[in-house]
Parts: sequence; C-alpha cells; structure tokens
Amino acid sequence: MKILVCITNVPDTTAKISFTDNDTKLNKNGIPYIIGPYDDYALSRGVELKEQSGGTLTVLHVGEADADPQIRKALAIGADDAIRVNADPLDSYYTAAQIAHIAEQNKYDLILMGRESIDYNSGVVHGLVGEMLGIASYSPVMKLDIDGGTATISREIDGGKEILKAPLPLVLGCQEPIAEWKIPNMRGIMTARTKPLTVVEPVSLEEMTTPEKYSLPAPKGTCKMIPANEAETLIRLLQTEAKIL
Amino acid sequence: MSVLIYVELDNGSIKKTSLEAVAYGAKIAEKTGDKVAVLALGKADISELEKAGNYGAGKVLHAADDKLDQENSLAYADVLTQAAHQENSKIIILSKSGLGDAVAARAAAKLKAGIVSGVTGLPEINGSFKVPRGIFTGKAFATTEIKSDIKVLVVKKNAIEMDESSVRTVNADVETFSSVLRDSDFKATIVEVEKAASELSLTEASIIVSGGRGMKGPENWQPLLDLAKALGAATGCSKPVSDLDWRPHHEHIGQTGIKVAPDLYIACGISGAIQHLAGVNGSKCIVVINKDPEAPFFKAADYGIVGDLFEVLPKLTEAVKNLK
Ligand SMILES: Cc1cc2nc3c(=O)[nH]c(=O)nc-3n(C[C@H](O)[C@H](O)[C@H](O)COP(=O)(O)OP(=O)(O)OC[C@H]3O[C@@H](n4cnc5c(N)ncnc54)[C@H](O)[C@@H]3O)c2cc1C
Ligand SMILES: Nc1ncnc2c1ncn2[C@@H]1O[C@H](COP(=O)(O)O)[C@@H](O)[C@H]1O
Repeated sequence: MKILVCITNVPDTTAKISFTDNDTKLNKNGIPYIIGPYDDYALSRGVELKEQSGGTLTVLHVGEADADPQIRKALAIGADDAIRVNADPLDSYYTAAQIAHIAEQNKYDLILMGRESIDYNSGVVHGLVGEMLGIASYSPVMKLDIDGGTATISREIDGGKEILKAPLPLVLGCQEPIAEWKIPNMRGIMTARTKPLTVVEPVSLEEMTTPEKYSLPAPKGTCKMIPANEAETLIRLLQTEAKIL
Repeated sequence: MSVLIYVELDNGSIKKTSLEAVAYGAKIAEKTGDKVAVLALGKADISELEKAGNYGAGKVLHAADDKLDQENSLAYADVLTQAAHQENSKIIILSKSGLGDAVAARAAAKLKAGIVSGVTGLPEINGSFKVPRGIFTGKAFATTEIKSDIKVLVVKKNAIEMDESSVRTVNADVETFSSVLRDSDFKATIVEVEKAASELSLTEASIIVSGGRGMKGPENWQPLLDLAKALGAATGCSKPVSDLDWRPHHEHIGQTGIKVAPDLYIACGISGAIQHLAGVNGSKCIVVINKDPEAPFFKAADYGIVGDLFEVLPKLTEAVKNLK
C-alpha cells in the first residue's frame, strides 16, 4: 500500500501569537514550531498501517524551508521519504492544488491528513484534494482499519458517530484516538538524516484568497466576581445584565 | 443571480446554525442586489423549509431524493454545485460544521471557487470582497480578500447579530429541485450510525454547562446535569474528562474536540488551559466556577465564582428554578 501523509508546520498550541509589519505578517520570532497535532495523529496511524501492510509512506508538506526540522521529525517517526513543495501556503485552494498535483503523479492508495490545520485554515484541504483527484474524502476519522482494498472508518458526526466501509483510494482527515502519537527513537533520528527529502517548485496557480491584515481579539473586560454564597446573584445578573436567561 | 445558502436539516427542520447562515446570506444579498436561495437536501418537512423565508430567503430548492436522506458530503457537494449553476450563484454560504466544511470544500473544487472557512462577520464589499475569519484556533483574526469570481464562505455561529428584527414573517417558496446523482458518490456503505437521540447538540445549543477534572469523578455529574436541565442546556467536558471515560468523547470541547459558540458557557472545575479555551472563545458570555482564584479561566470569563462547585451548583440550579 502506498500512503501519503500531509503535514503542516504550525506554531505550538501554547504559543503567544503576535503580528509585525503593520499587522500584515505573523511574528515568527521566538515561536516554537511543531507538526500540526492532528497531522501527528495521521502520521502515527500511517506508520502503523505501513508496518502492517509493508507498503511505503511519504510525507508531504507545502511550505518553506523552515519546516524542514518538522519534516525530518516525520521521517524519524517512520516515513520513508519526504516531499516539500516550496511555497508559502496561505490559501486552502492553492495548497490543495499543490497536494493534488503531487498525488496525481504518484497514485497513492491512502492520503492521510489532519482534521484541520491549527494556523490559517480549517478543515477543508482534504475535501478539496479529494474532489480535485475525483476520489472520496472523509473527516474527522477517529478509527481506521484497512482490509485489502477497503477501509473501515469510524467517524464523528453531529452528536454521535458513524461507521462506514469505503473502497480505496481515499483522502482522510484524522483526529484522536486514531493512534497514539509516536515519539522518534534514536535509531529513527539517525536514519532520518539520510532519508530523501525532495524539494519541488509549486505548479503555478493564482491564490484565490489572501490574508490582508491580522488582528488580535479585543481584551476581555474584567471578570465580575460573585461571592460563592450568593449564587442567586449570578442568575439574576445573567438575566438582567447579560440578558441571556 | 442568487446568494445560495446550503442548510443542514435535523429531523426534517433546518438547523438553527443554518438559519443563521440564511440570515447572513440575506444581509449580503441586500448589498449586492442578489436574490436569496436556499438548498435543502433529503427528507424534510415542507412547512419547516418555508421558515427560511423568515430569515430572508425568497425560495428553497428542495432535493428530496431518498438517497440524500443519509449524510453524504460527496453527493451533497455535487447537488450544491448543480444548484449554484442553476441559480448562477457567485456567493455560496454554509454554516461551519464537519459536514459544512466537507460539502463546501468539495463544491469549491468543482466550481473553482476561493473558499474561506471560519468566517466571523459580514464581508466588506466595495470593488473587493473581504471577510473576517478566525485563525490560530481563535487566538487571532485575519481579514481575507477573496479574489475568485465564485466565493464559498463557511460561516461560524454568531457571525451576525441575531435578534427579533432579523426575523420576518414571510414564507419562502419551496420548489422541488431535480438533481442528477452520480453512482460514484455512493460507493461507501454506512455500517452503523450511533446518535445520542434526545440530547441537545453542542454546536446548536445556546447554553452549555461543562465539567472538568474538578468534578472528581463520573459519579459526581448529577449536580451539573441538574443545572443543565434547569437551563435547557447541553453538557460538555474538558479533554481529560473524556480521556478518563467520565463522559462520552463527543462531549469533549476544545482545540482537539468540538468548538462551540453558545450564548452562555458555564465551566465547572475546568482550569482554562489554552487548548480548552480554543474551543470556547466564540462564546458570548462565560461563567467560571473554580475553587482556585488563580485559575487561568477567570481571565477569559465574564462572571466568576470562587468556590466549591459541589456547593455552588445546587444553589444555581435552585435559583434558575425560582426564575420560572
Ligand atoms: C495538543 C493538546 C491538545 C489539547 N486539547 C484539549 C482540548 O481540546 N480540550 C481540553 O479541555 N483540553 C485539551 N488539552 C489539555 C489541556 O492542556 C488541559 O490539560 C486540560 O484542559 C485540563 O482539564 P481540566 O481543566 O478539566 O483539568 P485540570 O487542569 O486538572 O483542572 C481542574 C480544575 O478544577 C478545579 N477544582 C478542583 N476541585 C474543585 C472543586 N471542588 N470546586 C471547584 N473547582 C475545583 C481546580 O482548581 C482546577 O482549576 C490539550 C492538550 C494538548 C497538549
Ligand atoms: N501546507 C500544507 N502542507 C501539507 N499539508 C497541509 C498543508 N495545509 C493543510 N494540510 C493538510 O490538510 C489538513 C487540513 O488542513 P486545513 O484545511 O488547512 O485545516 C491538515 O491537517 C494537513 O494534513
């Protein structure tokens, strides 16, 4: 089985976000970067499936060279090789088109992604790639097993879950508990250094959307404290002041 | 030309978040001079579909093929694309959800349209088209210009202010929409669907009462459930709580769980870690009950009570009951 795992390179979940250049650029100074947490789940399940079926696993990232440490980490966790499309991916459609272009050349059985990236986008790249390739896409996938050419998928839906069987090839957006995050071991880190990381230039395509200006949420006003023995005051305030009840 | 809104149905009625999307679309149409059309798929109650008119829709296209009764983002995107062609729609709107994102993405790829998901307010339209959206899981916003001819917007809850004045008493015309379904969209077989039947959905709820590790154990949930019941609220929890199996996974709120945006979020015994806040920072009003005055959640809260939740919760429940 040929597996492709698409990873993002994102600020750590606890990083404090700020902007520079008159609020037109993210201030990357001092921000630790990580593989997107959902992409990490996709990667971990991908490595397990590869080990079971004896196939190959390629990681793909659309982004600039500062992502290379995260790509090497994915190689250390168990990917066989990596491709980086050298572009600044600020638009979902553009990113998806780059991924679809790579996938068209290589015919993967399974394309695993995270449920969503945690920087600019939000849960649409898998659907876009699926449609661009003319294959099915599902998200968020919480359990995945492959038997021959068929995937059994357990998926979260509004207020519950759904189990479905679908033929490969597929594009899947993953989330926990699909697998436990894997931590690279020493041997993995050593071999990752020599595994191939191919850098390719993007196919030319116009960005359909561009972020223009960034802003931070208005700071919350101070929290109004209510003494614990006057709980009913809270309910009254919610009714008369906040006008919710 | 029409602004086209895809609405999700629940038991034959349009979901509340989707009605908000209709109102959002109607606001845009006021500016652009377009008509407002709605697309509903699968089994529906016609008198419920007509209610889209209350939120500004002129007509509802209803594709009633029973193959559409079961959630299928592939087929839904196909039908949405067909409706967009018929209506010559340049602006397509969906409400944010797992299904909404999937349908929006696949339709955007078919229509070669720019797509922005997580929209938090109305667009600025004058020559260019710019929308605000949430980024970095709610820690920041971006004003994004959409340059493509066709635009797909996936809109978050509370992206527009909804009050009585946004609701009219006009019914929309419901038309049957005959769609062409493709076999290739029905290759998957659904083996099992598990839905918590009577529960109020977290993404739709206007009030949520949520519990964290401070609840100490699954056997202690009753006071929280009592308050939720008195308020007509849905219940949620923090990640450790679902990891420990104190509560079901689908109640887990936060960056790696569900993102909610109720009018009122009441957090009981939750410390307010940044990953939890990422799931609730769209809430209009946040109440925090925690025995630790230094709990970070208070910084994100509108109202706070420092105290033992096992003493506070029953008092709140009683006060709510006394309201009625
Ligand atoms: C990548 C990543 C993703 C994550 N995603 C999520 C996510 O999606 N959602 C999420 O929730 N977490 C998430 N987490 C975990 C998060 O960092 C916190 O660990 C978690 O939110 C803490 O849960 P808690 O507040 O219930 O527990 P704790 O942090 O243990 O807090 C318990 C609180 O209860 C209070 N308390 C105790 N007893 C009482 C009492 N009797 N009365 C009143 N108050 C009391 C305490 O003062 C304390 O503040 C994630 C972490 C990582 C690393
Ligand atoms: N720049 C990128 N490079 C590789 N994969 C990406 C990129 N952006 C998004 N993805 C994949 O698409 C998933 C969903 O992203 P998004 O639609 O941006 O939330 C992510 O979890 C990744 O697996």
